[in-house]
Amino acid sequence: MIAEAGLAALWLAAGLAAFQFLLMGLALRSQVDVARPMRAVAMVQGMLTLVAFVMLLLVFARSDMSVALVYANSSSAKPFIYKVAGAWGNHEGSMLMWVTILAVAGAFVALFSRRTSERTLVAGLGSQALLALGFYAFLLVASNPFARLFPAPPDGQGLNPLLQDPGLAFHPPTLYFGYVGLSVAFSFAVGALLTGEVDSRLARAMRPWVLGAWILLTLGITAGSYWAYYELGWGGYWFWDPVENASLMPWLAATALLHSINVLAARGALKAWTMMLAVIAFSMSMVGTFLVRSGILTSVHAFAIDPERGTFLLALLAIYVGAAFTLFAVRAATLKEGAPFELISRESGLVINNLLLSVILGIVFLGTLYPLFVEALSGEKLSVGAPYFNAVAGPLALILAALVGIGPLLSWRRERRPVFRQLTIPALLGVSALAITIILSPDIGILPRLGFTVAAFLAAAGILPLVGRNPLRAPLATWGMAIAHFGISVALAGMAANAAFTSERLAIAKPGDTLKVGPWLVQLQDVTPTAGKNWTAIEAELRASRGEGPVALKPQTRYFSEPPTETNEAAIQTFWNGQLYTVIGKADPSGGWQLRLWWKPFVTLIWAGGALIALGGALALIGRLWRFRRRHEAAREWRKERYA
Amino acid sequence: MKPKSQRLILVSAALAAVLVAVLLAMWGLRSQASYFYTPAEIAAGKAEPGKAVRLGGMVERGSIQRQPDGVTIRFVLTDGQARTPVFYRGITPDLFREGSGAVAEGRLQNGTFVADTILAKHDERYMPPELGNLSAEHKAGKTLEK
Repeated sequence: MIAEAGLAALWLAAGLAAFQFLLMGLALRSQVDVARPMRAVAMVQGMLTLVAFVMLLLVFARSDMSVALVYANSSSAKPFIYKVAGAWGNHEGSMLMWVTILAVAGAFVALFSRRTSERTLVAGLGSQALLALGFYAFLLVASNPFARLFPAPPDGQGLNPLLQDPGLAFHPPTLYFGYVGLSVAFSFAVGALLTGEVDSRLARAMRPWVLGAWILLTLGITAGSYWAYYELGWGGYWFWDPVENASLMPWLAATALLHSINVLAARGALKAWTMMLAVIAFSMSMVGTFLVRSGILTSVHAFAIDPERGTFLLALLAIYVGAAFTLFAVRAATLKEGAPFELISRESGLVINNLLLSVILGIVFLGTLYPLFVEALSGEKLSVGAPYFNAVAGPLALILAALVGIGPLLSWRRERRPVFRQLTIPALLGVSALAITIILSPDIGILPRLGFTVAAFLAAAGILPLVGRNPLRAPLATWGMAIAHFGISVALAGMAANAAFTSERLAIAKPGDTLKVGPWLVQLQDVTPTAGKNWTAIEAELRASRGEGPVALKPQTRYFSEPPTETNEAAIQTFWNGQLYTVIGKADPSGGWQLRLWWKPFVTLIWAGGALIALGGALALIGRLWRFRRRHEAAREWRKERYA
Repeated sequence: MKPKSQRLILVSAALAAVLVAVLLAMWGLRSQASYFYTPAEIAAGKAEPGKAVRLGGMVERGSIQRQPDGVTIRFVLTDGQARTPVFYRGITPDLFREGSGAVAEGRLQNGTFVADTILAKHDERYMPPELGNLSAEHKAGKTLEK
């Protein structure tokens, strides 16, 4: 019954979304005011989808094996949290989660948005409903999560053990919230292009959504990077895997949008550009979803073998992106000119930021899709990996990071102050970092060396906007910007340290043997079997020391039975100045064990930087919402007094 | 600056950016993309020595030799038509074994393929995409022989 209720809720929501689309058409053709019914229907639609999603969580929590999706992705022996998280650890469930967030975001816009004109809001909600409608159709036609099996099998097939990790419970939802939060920016942009009201009010309405989505994408990418780092046991934090790029591309577009939207909000300039970025940002979210969900990444042929889903998603993508760009092309020329600015000004700085981010986005996009094109056209197989992305996007990212230190010091419209004098100390810091790396470690690569230089420069330049004023009176948004920019320098320093100073040791050890990695002596004490709820394992006991007291590490190789799989559980010990990362491999015929050890100085800065960037975003978001609320209340007070 | 010329500058800057992105990407893809080859294609001299490529095939039975240090192995990848010797230092993936499929990433040096990474058929459901095709071709070949 639960599954049927979920399916019914989904059909009803789809019907309401179609109705919203008709309402939008009515509002745009005539002057009928449909704002009230539009808001109401959007809220009900969001609630119905939420009901469907909760029903899916319920069938997973109860291990109802008569539902095909539960049978294929769960087993009754799994820990409870992974049973629930299994609901979105598969194709159908994750698509339902996607559309749930989309519809609930629409409901929140309907509930709270007061900044744009009612006409633009109605058009925006209509666009959001149309987006949802396509994905409802996809679920109901090609990926029904509630399909039943008869007769019900006794137990399920289990969930990929790599995914049985607390990271899974939170990582995909975080990214999805980010992806789909950008849909609101997309819908606002489409709505404003339809009504022609592209102005700073629109930018202020869009901004919290873009900021929120961007924060979650930042967190999702940072967490995903750490998950890959400790769960895969390869010691790397970023592999330029297409699935990773699928989350990086929307983030790059959202970062550009986040900056250009400030120009639109503050100065009313960059109208067309900002609208285009809003369209691109969500398009990248859909491209990402398409890449991950269509099976095209495994192979162009996998796509051809099960064409229904892939083709459906591709068609949705083509329709939405095509329609939005057509609308943009028709309307962009009619937008009124924004306020002018001079060559050296905050606006120009943000334009350069946007151009660089767009170039990097283009490079990642082409590199990710190139193998697909080549295979589809010529049948030749190739892969594009880290060498391409590091060589092409790396230097641009460094230039961008250096400019991040300068841009915020410029003032709007035109620069009259001697800005560059402020940069003396940061520049000196950068040069001394360069000198120190040349003297102390002459043989590290050029990119890590420049990474340290830029990181030192940016660490000082990033906080300059807070210097020379009372920091307690600076707006929260300025604090947020300074912290986020400082976070970039922290992450950059971590990446440079990891690239330059990691030491690795791979060897066979018998119990009692000691291996040296970096400054550490690691002794293999024993290897013993152990077991968990649904796995058995071989566990190594390691004792690491360097002068002071020893540290114990226990890496494992785990064996899962449903489905039969092995995973490496790395043991990682964090110190203030780096991480010791240990993996146990296979047994050797001679009675030893393969051990792989890394000493990674300051690698944790990478994720600390990511967290700081997200924290900066969160402060900016709180600052904006709080300020808006205060103004809103002041206006209400004023009206009360006046009309009392 | 007049708004008209300002818009012109912005548009041309955006176009220049797109052009730069495309040129950089083309250059990078030309020099850095790594092609996938089978041992037969290696034997035919298709892979340029020293350039990063991927090599896929079946691990020949009886070919895995462990070196005394325990972490360096030599083995032979074959596609039924040709054999390529592979050298690898590192922990092999869980399902890397003789008689099953593997993909090696690395480069050709003096006739030996020096691998940086070895990928193997991961579990019953997942295998590297190229191998999926390979085994399909293998099967097709076998049915033809019959």
